[in-house]
Amino acid sequence: MSNTSPEGRADSAHMPAVTMEGVEKYYGTFHALKHIDLTVARGEKIVVCGPSGSGKSTLIRCVNQLEAVQEGRIVVDGIELTAGPKNVEQVRRDVGMVFQQFNLFPHMTVLRNCMLALMKVRGIARDEAEATARRFLERVKIPEQAEKYPAQLSGGQQQRVAIARALCMNPKIMLFDEPTSALDPEMVKEVLDTMIDLAREGMTMMVVTHEMGFARQVADRVIFMDRGEIVEIAGPTEFFGNPRHERTRTFLGQITGH
Amino acid sequence: MIRPFGIDEILFIVAAVQWTLALSAIAFAGGAIGGLVVALARVSQVRALRYLALGYVRLFQGTPLLMQLFLVYFGLNIFGAGINPWLAASLALTLHASAFLGEIWRGCIEAVPSGQSEASWALGLGYVDRMKSIVLPQAAKIAVAPTVGFLVQLIKGTSLASIIGFVELTRAGQIINNATFVPFKVFGLVAILYFVLCWPLSLLARWMERRFAVATRR
Amino acid sequence: MDYQLKFAPVFDNFGHLLSGLLVTLELSFGAMLLGTLVAIVCAAGKTGGPRPVRWIIDVYIEVIRNTPFLIQIFFIFFGLPALGIRFSPNTAALVALTVNVGAYATEIIRAGIESIQKGQVEAGTALGLKPVQIFRYIIVKPALRTVYPALTSQFIYLMLTSSVVSVISATDLAAAGNDIQSQTFASFEVYLVITAMYLVLSIAFSGLFSLVERMAFNYPLSR
Repeated sequence: MSNTSPEGRADSAHMPAVTMEGVEKYYGTFHALKHIDLTVARGEKIVVCGPSGSGKSTLIRCVNQLEAVQEGRIVVDGIELTAGPKNVEQVRRDVGMVFQQFNLFPHMTVLRNCMLALMKVRGIARDEAEATARRFLERVKIPEQAEKYPAQLSGGQQQRVAIARALCMNPKIMLFDEPTSALDPEMVKEVLDTMIDLAREGMTMMVVTHEMGFARQVADRVIFMDRGEIVEIAGPTEFFGNPRHERTRTFLGQITGH
Repeated sequence: MIRPFGIDEILFIVAAVQWTLALSAIAFAGGAIGGLVVALARVSQVRALRYLALGYVRLFQGTPLLMQLFLVYFGLNIFGAGINPWLAASLALTLHASAFLGEIWRGCIEAVPSGQSEASWALGLGYVDRMKSIVLPQAAKIAVAPTVGFLVQLIKGTSLASIIGFVELTRAGQIINNATFVPFKVFGLVAILYFVLCWPLSLLARWMERRFAVATRR
Repeated sequence: MDYQLKFAPVFDNFGHLLSGLLVTLELSFGAMLLGTLVAIVCAAGKTGGPRPVRWIIDVYIEVIRNTPFLIQIFFIFFGLPALGIRFSPNTAALVALTVNVGAYATEIIRAGIESIQKGQVEAGTALGLKPVQIFRYIIVKPALRTVYPALTSQFIYLMLTSSVVSVISATDLAAAGNDIQSQTFASFEVYLVITAMYLVLSIAFSGLFSLVERMAFNYPLSR
């Protein structure tokens, strides 16, 4: 684990990974997030689900400030995000993100995709960056694809590269924004397996997904969002076995097809 | 003797706009006729015609307009037509415009869905009817915006006629500059006049292009 | 037609033509390089810059696109000395060509930048790259690839336009032609040969550009 403690950061291993307090987010007049209070503990795995437009992607995109919020406090690993651009830079280095559409850089090989931020953000020398990149490609089980370009890989392989690319930066928290939604069904499993491995190793994860099997197996808590609000938040056994809210029940009924 | 850059000088330059416009109009009219011929030849069933038209387009798009002007200017002299800037500039710009318009319009004709041609074959329409009633009217709609865009290019191109002694806007500016020696003001004024001619056309072309893009998106 | 074409005087001066050709090549490649840099900066400014910057770039583009190159070079060569900015003919030619192609290329490259998907920028942001780094490492290359055909036709057009610099006594290919014809009076023949040389240049340029395309953009595109 990292033992660096930049100034202004409380040095406590028991500090939450993410704290959101009274977060409000608007797109113009559309109220995308309504008074969000949420604390994510270190090593915790959170699965966020909900209908489209419910604000679930927006919620996790606030954690690395891909979306700015209008009100409230967001603290990531002891750094107050909402307090200025320097803090945002710091947080982005420590938070990895995986997107629905992979977003690999098409003009770089798989290896270069993984090396770019190591060299340009962390300032690590090329040789060392390459060694790190290869190590993580090994970990997502595609070391042999290192010299290929993204367009030469299947969707599942591309998404595993995207995971490796994020892991190279040694993040403390990983965000997954519908990582399997753009995949052909036969490729979903390889990506989920990679994510399960990562969860077992103790990574703090916030995952937006409709893969309820994954949620049951991996999540410490499941969040159900609707119309910008957190409607229900519970451990998977309770969440799936005994959902308290009508809206949650309706949603679960729809996606499990009963 | 140095003349002041006064109201007479300004009027002389402004008046020369008419010759720029006249030359542009001639070249555009000639180029429209030539361009239609080139475009039809480029999409012709006859292979020789297609290659001939392609060669013509490549030749005029692959060489400088200034050289085209010189060759026509001196070529006419060799053919006994004498030194005639009017004729040379009109002819050279017409040939030039024919190649460019021909290529633009070929693209527009090819953009008409081939089903339209096939349908007119099926109806038993001959070549002339098919082109005149079915293909060209549809191509024309696509062609308006890029054609106006080329008109801007053509108006700017007429400035090169000044080099072979045709007195239009640019040449008028040079004449006044040689007498007054205030190039900053003279060429500034000339630039403004070209801008006044060209900018509205550019805006029009862009507006039509956008409107067309919106119309075809549905 | 009684006239006999006389090419001998033209080929007697072929060395002069070649040195003019060299200047044409220098001007073309110089303006391509500098103009592309100008265009990349302006395109970035137009997509991400503050309002006054965008406005200035818009004025630059509209002024250049709606006035003849001939007037632009007159203004730079004859007009700017009034402001104390003085160039030699060949430098003025390079400046004028750069300013000219920069405006056209800005619009082309901007279209390229706008074709880049938002997710690419987000991925860079999430990795902690700064906006300038995202532009430099993630956007520029795919954007240039998208607009490469448009950009290179503009470059060929630039090379052809460069013949106009002979009017300010720059020493390019067309100017060499002017010299030779004023000495030999074989005007038609001189310009015929020079026109042919320009034609060969355009063909060579498009060959070179497709070679560069194959080398620089050798990564596969997704289906």
